[in-house]
Amino acid sequence: MTQDMNSFPWLTILTAVPLVGALAVLALGGRNKVLVRWTALAFSAISLLITLILWHSFNSAADGFQFQELHPWIPSLNVSYRLGIDGLGLLMLLLTAIVVPIGMLASWQIEERVPLYFALVLTLQTCLVGTFTALNFFHWFIFWELALIPAFFLVRLWGGSGSAKAAMQFLVYTMVGSVAMLLSFLAIFLSTNTFDFSEIATMGQNGTLMPAVVAKLGWHLLTPEHVALVIFFGAFLGFAVKVPLFPFHTWLPSTYAEAPSGTTVLLTGAMSKMGVYGFLRILLPIFSPEMQKVLTLLLWLAVATVVLSAYTAMAQKDLKRIFAYSSINHLGYCLLAIFAVAKFTSGDAVLTTQKFAAMNGVFLQMFNHGLTAATLFWFIAMLEKRTGGARGLDDFGGLRKVIPVFTGLMGIALFSSLGLPGLNGFIGEFLIFKGSFPLVTWATSLSVIGLLITAIFILGVIQRVFSGPLKEKWGQLPDLSLGERLTLVPVIGLMFALGLYPQLILGVVNHTAIQMAIHLRNF
Amino acid sequence: MNWIVENLWLIPALPLFAAGISALTKQKGRKLAASLAIGSMGISFLLALCAFAHVLALRSSGQATQQFFNFPWFQFGNDWLSLGWVLNPLTAVMLVMVTFVGLLIFIFSVGYMEHDENFTRFFCFLALFASAMLGVIISNSLLLLFMCWEIVGLTSYLLIGFWYFKPSAAAAAKKAFITTRIGDLPFFLGIVWLYSQTGTLLFYNNGAGALEPAAITHLLSQTTATGMCVATGIALLIFCGAIGKSGQFPLHVWLPDAMEGPTPVSALIHAATMVAAGVFLVARVYPLMSAHNGVAGVLTTSTALQAVTWIGAITALFGSLVAVAQFDIKRILAYSTVSQLGYMMMGLGVGGVAVGMFHLITHAFFKALLFLGAGSIIHGCSGEQDIRKMGGIRKLMPITFATYAIAMLALCGFPLFSGFWSKDEILHAAHHWNISQLPYYMGAFAALLTAFYMTRQVFYVFAGRSRLTQETTDASHTDPHAHAADHHHGSGAIHESPAVMTVPLALLSVFALLLGFFGTPAWPWFQSFLDDSPLAVNFGAFGEGGILPVMLISSLIVFLGLGLGWYFYGRRPIVSAEAPDAVGKLSPSIFTVLGHAFYFDALYAATFIRLNTLLSKISDWLDRWVWNGAVKTITSLVFGFAHLDNFLDTHVVNSGFDEGCEGVSLSGQVLSRLQAGRVQGYLKIVAGALIVFTILLLWKARA
Repeated sequence: MTQDMNSFPWLTILTAVPLVGALAVLALGGRNKVLVRWTALAFSAISLLITLILWHSFNSAADGFQFQELHPWIPSLNVSYRLGIDGLGLLMLLLTAIVVPIGMLASWQIEERVPLYFALVLTLQTCLVGTFTALNFFHWFIFWELALIPAFFLVRLWGGSGSAKAAMQFLVYTMVGSVAMLLSFLAIFLSTNTFDFSEIATMGQNGTLMPAVVAKLGWHLLTPEHVALVIFFGAFLGFAVKVPLFPFHTWLPSTYAEAPSGTTVLLTGAMSKMGVYGFLRILLPIFSPEMQKVLTLLLWLAVATVVLSAYTAMAQKDLKRIFAYSSINHLGYCLLAIFAVAKFTSGDAVLTTQKFAAMNGVFLQMFNHGLTAATLFWFIAMLEKRTGGARGLDDFGGLRKVIPVFTGLMGIALFSSLGLPGLNGFIGEFLIFKGSFPLVTWATSLSVIGLLITAIFILGVIQRVFSGPLKEKWGQLPDLSLGERLTLVPVIGLMFALGLYPQLILGVVNHTAIQMAIHLRNF
Repeated sequence: MNWIVENLWLIPALPLFAAGISALTKQKGRKLAASLAIGSMGISFLLALCAFAHVLALRSSGQATQQFFNFPWFQFGNDWLSLGWVLNPLTAVMLVMVTFVGLLIFIFSVGYMEHDENFTRFFCFLALFASAMLGVIISNSLLLLFMCWEIVGLTSYLLIGFWYFKPSAAAAAKKAFITTRIGDLPFFLGIVWLYSQTGTLLFYNNGAGALEPAAITHLLSQTTATGMCVATGIALLIFCGAIGKSGQFPLHVWLPDAMEGPTPVSALIHAATMVAAGVFLVARVYPLMSAHNGVAGVLTTSTALQAVTWIGAITALFGSLVAVAQFDIKRILAYSTVSQLGYMMMGLGVGGVAVGMFHLITHAFFKALLFLGAGSIIHGCSGEQDIRKMGGIRKLMPITFATYAIAMLALCGFPLFSGFWSKDEILHAAHHWNISQLPYYMGAFAALLTAFYMTRQVFYVFAGRSRLTQETTDASHTDPHAHAADHHHGSGAIHESPAVMTVPLALLSVFALLLGFFGTPAWPWFQSFLDDSPLAVNFGAFGEGGILPVMLISSLIVFLGLGLGWYFYGRRPIVSAEAPDAVGKLSPSIFTVLGHAFYFDALYAATFIRLNTLLSKISDWLDRWVWNGAVKTITSLVFGFAHLDNFLDTHVVNSGFDEGCEGVSLSGQVLSRLQAGRVQGYLKIVAGALIVFTILLLWKARA
């Protein structure tokens, strides 16, 4: 740990700010909705500001975690309150800080129980920040689970007609995954007496973790390899559900579709990254030997995630369901690369370089998907606001004629999602394919089908919604207002900036990517 | 380093800047958008001339004619990914051609699109297209080339679908993008493969580039698991991209449909420049394409170049066969383009960079001229595109006729016109190909057909009397979407186009006529320029290496084609628009098959598209019933578990597994008051499950 142990508690403050905001918003009450919205937005702006300060003062060349805070908490369980971020954590904080205001703006049209809505959004932000900064399983898990609660109520109370069912499915499914993960970590805790990620990872990498677990919990019916795999799959399930990885994904489309679009922005923009983050921060460092054992299976799951979700998106008629599946597809590329990085390469220097590329690609893809998907659902929210909730693929036609600016800007976001060079999506996907191809050639080659199908359904959306003859009932649809245009400018601008100069992010996360790839067990 | 080499990026950047400004301009800013696009293109043209002059100067002073400029772009791992641009004869020739033809077409568009309500947007897209295309040309990195290549695809999509309210245009745009992307995906894999093998995507980098001998030797020394040479594998994957972009068989299906776009778009993008990008790509990576493990001294051709040759020959023949049976003036030209692109590929395969590129350059001029002429005709005929309904236009549009005739003769390869020299070189090289004679015969037959279908078209359009009925002109007036078709004028009378349209035609026709003289066997300036070889005037060259016989034969073929065309369509004037086609009468069934382009669209619709739709339905079904069924099972299991564990009441939970769980539970209680949700119940289940398993584990641990 190169940094001084307890720096100024930036991360605790960042975690607390949205929570304070939530209380403030609740205290304001429901009489003045405008004030409530602006207050909530102001708090998210403060979070963004703090995150930018962190981004600015982050040392992108240093090893290990920065802005660390370490306090003993429950000595009897050897649990301490340990916070810190590396390039990955920082990137996720930035994404959260950007996505939350987008989600709020996309929720501007909500009129019922406004204070509660925004309080829940801010609580969710606290949980996200907590998850991305915690370095001890104990309170990491608390944030991880707590995040479900605001998300559940946001979907349940403000969602569409099927939201009760969808929210319940979402909750039950993710909780089953969490329980499995929790059990695995309890087993590890019982064997190692620590919840600290770094310590467990070190044991995982030097090969002492699983022998310790087996020694403690060995079951005469299971061989040591089996015990290790059971523990791994327990932890795996928790993250696989969250990302989601095929076939643990079926909660997602109905949840995304039933949630109010402003909430979907948060779910897809930030919350879906929790799963990928978990894969990177927890699963990969600790369980890479087990991942290597079942690599073929994992790769098939990643390919299925990429290809089948793209195909399923093509069959959907609801804009939100289309982009829900598209979201699964995009995160599938992340998982493909993560599994490629896990591959056993016996320290081959050339292949290690490929792992650096893949790892950087994952980071970029996480951020870019968050930005682009959040923006797309924001556009859907704006469309719903204008049309009174219509969002079926066949409800529209020829909208470009009446709302050309909307069409143009949403077109940019759509092409960003398609991975057009010059916009943010491309370089992440390029690095993922570039890194994964030499490592897992067959899986990477199959995954390009996903790129093709994505193009087909995205152009299908443009064709059916914006082209063709204008449907009469939309003849008076208002184009984007000045306020909407101004709020969209920074987001669309960021898409171009990252597409043309990805170094903005890579310069900050590259060192972390190298560290994560290089520390994997490879013997 | 020279100023122009360092600032070569300005050539694509200027139109990009123009596109950016006009994207932010309101629809009323028509003059601004047009003048920005034309002005930036004009300056780019001048810069391109500077670049060309620079290469000439280098050449005359005996220096290496290749200079590049690389810069780091982003960092990953311990490497930087670098991009760059390269100025060499290939770049210089393409830059001048694209900026010049582009400039003329921009000017023509001012007249052609005069009445379009999205005039501003049109020039924005045109400028963006030019920028991306110029980017492809100057790239010294396969990645940068691919990025510009994709943006070229985007602008092509936007321009084909420019009249977005027409469902056919929207569908054609989508088809073009998807079909080319099918080729782009193997191309993309080829790029990542090349990158992983050579560690660089720069073409030239002082010996460390991917096209330089060290890298090529390395690629040749590697083999894949299937025994294929890695260099061949990568070259074939990259070629897939060229097949898609250049409308080669079997991915040609998008190009005829792309004629849904405004005619200047067809001229610029789908005839002169963009579709040539695939040919240019093969020329750019030629060291990779031609790499082979040949025995020294034995003439061999790499597998990749053999593929290029065969695909090219098939496409050349296919396109010209289909063009014979079309009735839409633009579709004839579209299939002609497909066929000519096949020629270029074949030229690259059998003769090398200079042979293929020479035809690319001459074709760009005469095909742009043909399309603009067709646009002028359509403009004059109030949007009519069916050649059966035209006729007699020679007298009504004399300038258009004269320029069209020049371009037509150039395309046919009429002796001394530009197409004659470039096409003849391809045929000559094919005749001497060491693998097979078949491409030569395919090419020669395609040349006969080319002369024939162009004669047919010219007689239909220009000869006799006008068959344009009053209804056609009336219908296009009353149709609310009349502006969707290529026509804008109120007057139904056929008329010559304004000067803003005819002057570009005249300029292009000069080049269509004379450009060939830069690459004759006696004075092969173009070839020596591209190959960087010495140049001498040698009229004796005609007599060497069987050039003259091939030339005579191909001249005879052209005359035969023209003669047959006259025999069927020129001897007797075509009197009625309803009369059956003179050749079609000979064998209606074959004519129908040709007219439907061998039913490739139907074939793909019945196979690939259907399979794709089926797969999407299966995925959706699996999702709804199989995977979701699994979730429902899990859910009911959990509910069962909940009932079993009912005895674990709240106070067991609260008495505390730990403080964290208490926090969870408390929040649950608070929130559960908001809604009679069952969250708390689930939290209890989690906590309960935890406790049960903790006890179990502790017990096991102790035992």
